[in-house]
Amino acid sequence: MVEEQSTSLEFQEVAPRVSEWRRFWRVFLQRKIVLFGLVILGILVLTAIFADFLAPYDPYTGVLTDSLEAPSSQYWLGTDIQGRDTMSRLIFGARTALLVGFVTTGVAAAAGIILGLIAGYFGGVTSMVIMRIMDALMGFPMILLALLISSVLGAGIQNVIIALAVAMLPGYARVMNGLTLSLRENDYILAGRAMGATDMRTMLRHILPNALAPMIVLVTMQLGTLILAEAGLSFLGIGIKPPGAAWGAMVNDGYRYLTYNPVLSFAPGLAIMIVVFAFQLVGDGLRDALDPRLRGLL
Amino acid sequence: MNQKSNKAILDIQDLQMYFPVMRGLLRKKVADVKAVDGVSFQLIRDETLGLVGESGCGKTTIGRCVLGLYKPTGGRILFEGADIASFTEKKLREIRRNMALIFQDPYSSLDPRQSAGSIVGEPLKIHNMTPTKGEYNDRVEELFRVVGLDPSMTDRFPHEFSGGQRQRIGVARALACDPDLIVCDEPISALDVSIQAQIINLLEQLQDSAKELSYLFIAHDLSVVRHISDRVAVMYLGRIVEICKARVLYENPLHPYTRALLSAVPIADPFVEETRERIILKGEVPSPLNPPPGCSFHPRCFMAVGECSEAIPPLRDIGEDHQVACIRV
Amino acid sequence: MAELLKVSNLVTQFKTESGLVKAVDGVSYYIDEQEIIGLVGESGCGKSVSQLSVMQLISAPGEIVGGEVIFEGQNLLKYDANGPEMRSTRGAKIAMIFQEPMTSLNPVLTIGQQLTEMLELHMKMSGDAARKRAIELMSLVGIPGAENRIDDYPHHFSGGMRQRVMIAMGLSCNPKILIADEPTTALDVTTQAQLLELMKDMVQRFRASLVIVTHNLGVVARYAQRIYIMYAGRIVESGTTKDIFSKPRHPYTIGLLACIPRLDEEEGRKLVPIEGLPPNLINMPPTCAFLPRCAYKVDKCSREPWPPLTAINGNHYISCYANTKEK
Repeated sequence: MVEEQSTSLEFQEVAPRVSEWRRFWRVFLQRKIVLFGLVILGILVLTAIFADFLAPYDPYTGVLTDSLEAPSSQYWLGTDIQGRDTMSRLIFGARTALLVGFVTTGVAAAAGIILGLIAGYFGGVTSMVIMRIMDALMGFPMILLALLISSVLGAGIQNVIIALAVAMLPGYARVMNGLTLSLRENDYILAGRAMGATDMRTMLRHILPNALAPMIVLVTMQLGTLILAEAGLSFLGIGIKPPGAAWGAMVNDGYRYLTYNPVLSFAPGLAIMIVVFAFQLVGDGLRDALDPRLRGLL
Repeated sequence: MNQKSNKAILDIQDLQMYFPVMRGLLRKKVADVKAVDGVSFQLIRDETLGLVGESGCGKTTIGRCVLGLYKPTGGRILFEGADIASFTEKKLREIRRNMALIFQDPYSSLDPRQSAGSIVGEPLKIHNMTPTKGEYNDRVEELFRVVGLDPSMTDRFPHEFSGGQRQRIGVARALACDPDLIVCDEPISALDVSIQAQIINLLEQLQDSAKELSYLFIAHDLSVVRHISDRVAVMYLGRIVEICKARVLYENPLHPYTRALLSAVPIADPFVEETRERIILKGEVPSPLNPPPGCSFHPRCFMAVGECSEAIPPLRDIGEDHQVACIRV
Repeated sequence: MAELLKVSNLVTQFKTESGLVKAVDGVSYYIDEQEIIGLVGESGCGKSVSQLSVMQLISAPGEIVGGEVIFEGQNLLKYDANGPEMRSTRGAKIAMIFQEPMTSLNPVLTIGQQLTEMLELHMKMSGDAARKRAIELMSLVGIPGAENRIDDYPHHFSGGMRQRVMIAMGLSCNPKILIADEPTTALDVTTQAQLLELMKDMVQRFRASLVIVTHNLGVVARYAQRIYIMYAGRIVESGTTKDIFSKPRHPYTIGLLACIPRLDEEEGRKLVPIEGLPPNLINMPPTCAFLPRCAYKVDKCSREPWPPLTAINGNHYISCYANTKEK
């Protein structure tokens, strides 16, 4: 056995780790407005989870005699043509928004990341085939693509998710492809090969974790876009239709009665706007906090 | 004289590595970069062979070929008697347990998201060397100690260590599976001068205490190579121009390029410098895309004659373990 | 020979997120006419920053906070960094060559344009005269076929050739002092040798002085007449090249010489590394920065602030409390 090296080296001062986390939070919350976004999202999540307890009425069935009521102490935001309470529908709409948002993003990100990773890592024909398909998909305006798929599959929440996921995944694939291409050039990837690591191991244990930070930012920002897209689809009559409680559908519903009871459209519209804005703020904050200054952390 | 091949852990025979240059939309090959153009040498067990030369000479490419990271265009690479140039990726993975690579850049050679311990232990996991968790942890800590790092630092991340410490992590990783051959690719050139000596000593120490460990030491710094190597091979534009014992290289260099190279390296002693031979070459290293005909050094050579451009001079024995590729010597 | 440049107590600081970095902490040196001096140290010792300070090329968060730079009878630091005095000094009277020839040259201008710009600006030459002079300079530094290459762009030249262009630019206005900051580190050994010889020849021909900033002790052994060894922002030893190499007295210098491999060493020589790590320049304590790594330390070293430079023999100075001669 080799003699140990002089101890002066062993107990070298190595920077304490705690400060890195603190620095992350400090940068993240640097702008008060990011905190504002975080609070909004917090409210959104809580509303979605506790919708059953928060909503005063059943959002799906209405009292026909109470149709198109103006906002009152009984119905805070009034009712729609079917007599359904707008407030309750708004609350349950949060659940739909988050559900669609997270599930769609999950599916799109998973598929996009895998495709981008494979394309970027292997290069050559594989990359060409995959990325050209992605380019083709991206050539369609997102709403149009989602429309196309929805009209083939029909309405309903699952199909909305599929349609939106297909529309969103090329974006993830593109970014991941770019990240993989640049990460692949690092010496530690070569080191992995030199010690006998399989491609699978290299991709999953070395490339993927290093691509995580930028992907997290992308995902967060896309969540907002997604909710907007879902709202758009519902507004156009594809996607979620009443009695399903979705903000976009609600805007569509209330469209006809704009002069009569504008709250029907404005309330969900405002909700969409605030939530999307909140996601963008948080995404912004995350991007600042995760920037290369803190490379090597998390 | 050539050593018997069973004493050689590595036997390179006429290695060629050409990289095609693609042009155009359809990516047609227009030329070859002849990075390595017919190189032969042996690495004896337990010795350190220095591979030295300037940019474009092919030394790094040879290192990568030896590890199976590139598939050679021609020639044989006999590692422990078997020609790895013809191995499949699967077979290569098996023998990779027995060889390792230390990189130049202590910053990009470690995955920033992996803890130091995990980096060092990864070869163990890949080759299933330590079946139980206990054995794994013990081995990782032992490796840390051997390279002079505090074993309680295994959960720290690369950016928390200094450049020299990161290079020690790289060395520990290379040692993980107890390889018989380590290719050191410029392992100290990115470090401060005062730290370089620490790593040089560490590498020497490891070799002394290991049962069997050979180094292929690739570097451009002749002083370092002279210090750590038993034998040195000098390369120019993809070919070896001279191989001899390290001491002989300084005392009796024969190839004109070797002599020029040596005279170009300043020695930290003004009294010695005053009396040294100073050979200043004209011109620059030609592009490997378009090497001069015959001896690739002849356009810059102060000893060149007409015949030098006619044929590539073979690497021939001229006495005690000394080979030179020059018709004028 | 007369004294050309005298730097006294130069202090340059950088305010960083984590604290104050005194990159140059009280550096004094001088340059005579027609001599070659070496500024030696590892990364972070302040050698490059000190030269940039002399040229007033330091920008935020860096700041020159103290000292004098006397050149041609005037204190350069008194002038505004962007003022006419500094601008007419830089390039014309004191010129600098950098390490990376790739990034020092403007990629979108031809070599000719960059050379003639200097000549027209500082030497007030006309376009034609400047072009002629530019071609002369290029031939002088060994660029073959200069008349044809003057309209080429930097990327048409190899690294070595680009550095020759930098040398040509540096000397184009007949400066009194040429500062070469790690001029050959990015190049091959044989190219390094060519360029260093060229610099020496040129500087002799133009009767200028040369400052070689490097970490390579061999280079200064070969070319410099006097050397300054720097550590953590200060000069720790200075003297003639022969004195320093034959009788090194500062523990850092001794340590360096014992730990670098030499081409002419005996077989089996063991390197004696300097233990420990390079200094952390943030919020340094007032005591000697080399103390944690020093093999010669005495009690006084941990009690007193950084030792002042004291003469031990004629022109040979060290900054040390210990007596290294006795070990």
